Amino acid sequence: MMQSHMSVGIDLVQVSRVAASLEQFGERFLRRVFTDAEVAYANAAPALTVERLAARFAAKEAAVKALGLVERGVGWRQIEVTREESGMCRLSLHGAARDAAAEAGVVELALSLSHEGDYATAVVFAMRNGQEAAHP
Amino acid sequence: MMIEKIRKILKDHGRLNKDPWALDEAADLYQAGMTSHASVNVMLALEGEFEIEFPDHLLKRSVFESMGAMRDTIAGLTKGS
Repeated sequence: MMQSHMSVGIDLVQVSRVAASLEQFGERFLRRVFTDAEVAYANAAPALTVERLAARFAAKEAAVKALGLVERGVGWRQIEVTREESGMCRLSLHGAARDAAAEAGVVELALSLSHEGDYATAVVFAMRNGQEAAHP
Repeated sequence: MMIEKIRKILKDHGRLNKDPWALDEAADLYQAGMTSHASVNVMLALEGEFEIEFPDHLLKRSVFESMGAMRDTIAGLTKGS
């Protein structure tokens, strides 16, 4: 029987902690966690750079939860936040993250980001088509 | 000793709610308050301390959930170098 179902992931990040990571680890932190496009978008508004990075980090962690990737071995850059002209943000998966989502039958991902003061948060919904391999 | 270096890194970057020296090597660090973001800082600090790089396939919860797991993974990455 076809069964559609959804899973959800949420994450909350302290913006000042991300600023501290940038100060302590600099480019290593940036290049390990964020794609070039994500860094470019964050840097486009210097007053909001850290907030944007914090929200994107939250999105990656929320996606890991929604997709059940905690033990999969996925790099943060394989989960990318992209932004449409309308301003809507979406998730783009690459490499092992994309493969895992496909195996799990994920057909749609929805993302929402927010930040206020020292906190940034993200919620990810993953919709599956019910075609994943049946478990005995 | 590798575990001592790991404890020092956890003290500086792990944001644990307990003293790392009071924790057993097998203690669950996420249960001790380590957030996902703190685990990134721990990973970067471990890479700097031990001159290694964690490949993407090792970026999973079980690798960073205890001092013993980190030690075993680092030992595997430094073997033969």
